[in-house]
Amino acid sequence: MSVATASVPTSRAMPTGASLRRNRRWALWASYFFLILFAIFFLAPPYYMVVTALKTDGEMAKLATNPWFIYDGVTLDQFRILLYNTDFLIFFKNTIIVTVCVVAITMVVSVLAAFALGRMRFWGSSILATGIFLTYLVPDTLLFIPMFQIVKSIGLLNSYWGMVLVYPTLTVPFCTWIMIGYFQSIPKELDEAALIDGAGHMQMLLKIFIPVALPGIIAAMIFAFTVSWAAFVYPMAFLYSSDQQVLTVGTVTSLIRGDVYKWGMLMAGALLAAAPPLVIYAFLMDYYIAGLTAGATKG
Amino acid sequence: MADVSLRNVVKKYDDVLAVASINLEIPNHEFVVLVGPSGCGKSTTLRMIAGLEEITDGEIEIGGSVVNDLPPKDRDIAMVFQNYALYPHMTVAENMSFGLKLRKFPKAEIKARVDNAARILDITELLERRPKQLSGGQRQRVAMGRAIVRNPKVFLFDEPLSNLDAKLRVQMRTEIKRVHQKVQTTTVYVTHDQVEAMTLADRVVVMNAGKIEQIGTPNDLYHHPATRFVAGFIGSPAMNFVPATVESNGEALRVRLSDTLSFNIPESRAARYKPHVGKQVTFGLRPEHITETRGHHNGTGQEFNAVLDVVEPMGMETMVYFRINGTELCGRVEPTAAGAANEQMALRANLDHMHLIDPATGLVL
Repeated sequence: MSVATASVPTSRAMPTGASLRRNRRWALWASYFFLILFAIFFLAPPYYMVVTALKTDGEMAKLATNPWFIYDGVTLDQFRILLYNTDFLIFFKNTIIVTVCVVAITMVVSVLAAFALGRMRFWGSSILATGIFLTYLVPDTLLFIPMFQIVKSIGLLNSYWGMVLVYPTLTVPFCTWIMIGYFQSIPKELDEAALIDGAGHMQMLLKIFIPVALPGIIAAMIFAFTVSWAAFVYPMAFLYSSDQQVLTVGTVTSLIRGDVYKWGMLMAGALLAAAPPLVIYAFLMDYYIAGLTAGATKG
Repeated sequence: MADVSLRNVVKKYDDVLAVASINLEIPNHEFVVLVGPSGCGKSTTLRMIAGLEEITDGEIEIGGSVVNDLPPKDRDIAMVFQNYALYPHMTVAENMSFGLKLRKFPKAEIKARVDNAARILDITELLERRPKQLSGGQRQRVAMGRAIVRNPKVFLFDEPLSNLDAKLRVQMRTEIKRVHQKVQTTTVYVTHDQVEAMTLADRVVVMNAGKIEQIGTPNDLYHHPATRFVAGFIGSPAMNFVPATVESNGEALRVRLSDTLSFNIPESRAARYKPHVGKQVTFGLRPEHITETRGHHNGTGQEFNAVLDVVEPMGMETMVYFRINGTELCGRVEPTAAGAANEQMALRANLDHMHLIDPATGLVL
């Protein structure tokens, strides 16, 4: 439209076309400006972590130099000491065990729950669905006190297996909620077609719902993984010996002694702890974005 | 392949009556179309046959056995949905063979059936594609293929062409008819489009407000509608309806449409309409029975003059709209004979095809 009017040399059409283009240019400039600003804002902490983790303790102690840059040369000492002289690898192993178990438990429970609540209409199903979500709204900072009694009574205090038991209380409600929504977005005709084709409920879930809802399931998985990898309150409250400790609490308790902060190792530990989520996000995001449901019905 | 019978089938949602006690016998091989406006209960009826809706009361029989309490998979039916309902993560071949795999058919047999269905539907080269790589018409073919491979007792179609554009719809309509002629499976087809109903059906079931208005062959419904609803629903443009009175003119009868216009009722119908002399009725006549005056006409043509409101040329014919006593009527005339809007035109009504309807009951007299 603007092309057509611009080619006509009338006094009114020209400024309109030009100002449209000017508007667009301004919008571009503004979006670039803010994108760069936010990129700097969000990348500054990781950059600081990398820089600090690569410094010597001596350089860190010098207050004269600019902390954003490395002057005395790059060293991997912080990583070496962290990996060989501390319990970091034990924390890492414990965290992996806990996270894998929690993600598995969460997926099994919440996929089944979401399928039942989202697809099989029964008395009270919608109230139950809301109720499950409401439990997610109770923060773990409130729950850990009663939870302490429960974990203690079943003898899992100071054991990371206790974490495998308590983390799902954080992950299952929200994952179920995400997946109810996702399952409900699958056209009803798809299960009716499967029903007519001769599928039972279990076959429908395994052969139709899970493959079709894979993007939603992966989103839920990422959530469960993140919660379980980064949980802090429960391990802080329930675990106290270092052979049972997980990354989040373990790094902090073993590398902060009184008012002595081992900054180099803390940053190195944080970097290593952040690596698995980063890899998993990068790997699964593509899958997550790929719209698998396109073409199920008219569209 | 099998007969389907519905006996006094009722469907209620809480207190709302969706289908009110319908009876329907569908013999083996027949293609039956359920047609009616939205909300008339046609889809609900189909879904009850499929087993996707429970029936509130009555009996549904497929192939001689009552299936009221059988789940869909045990009814040996196949259904084609309006939105195709293809499994998006499976290829065309996997979509078509899913039902057979669940029923544990041998691999060779599955392949033979899929290949055969693909040949019938001309989708052999699409077998390895996924639904999202297909056009609407191709998806519809795959959905039909999924039904054909099962070789079920009954095919159920739920408005399968509604999502296609006009041209493709006509193409697929012919395709469905061709497939039915080949596989001969008893078919129940739901649509709101009366043209689809007329062109596809061996018999049409016209439904309205949860009830069956009339069952008959397409020509039956067109020429001998039982109710005003059927008369108005079947045929496009719709039948003209004008309030009228029946007058006696010695032995003969006349139907009076306005102070200045009345038509002689053909002698063959005199006996039938005699009891209604002096009563208010609705006069019904299809547009193609109001034509230009020139040329050769069979039957009892009666001429009258009308001032045209709107003239719509369609190419092979022209629609003319005019008013009688405030009611708009439509006539179909030869393009060369059509007058212009706001001009008077001489028209001829062929009363051999007239209908009189009791305005109180809606029944054709």
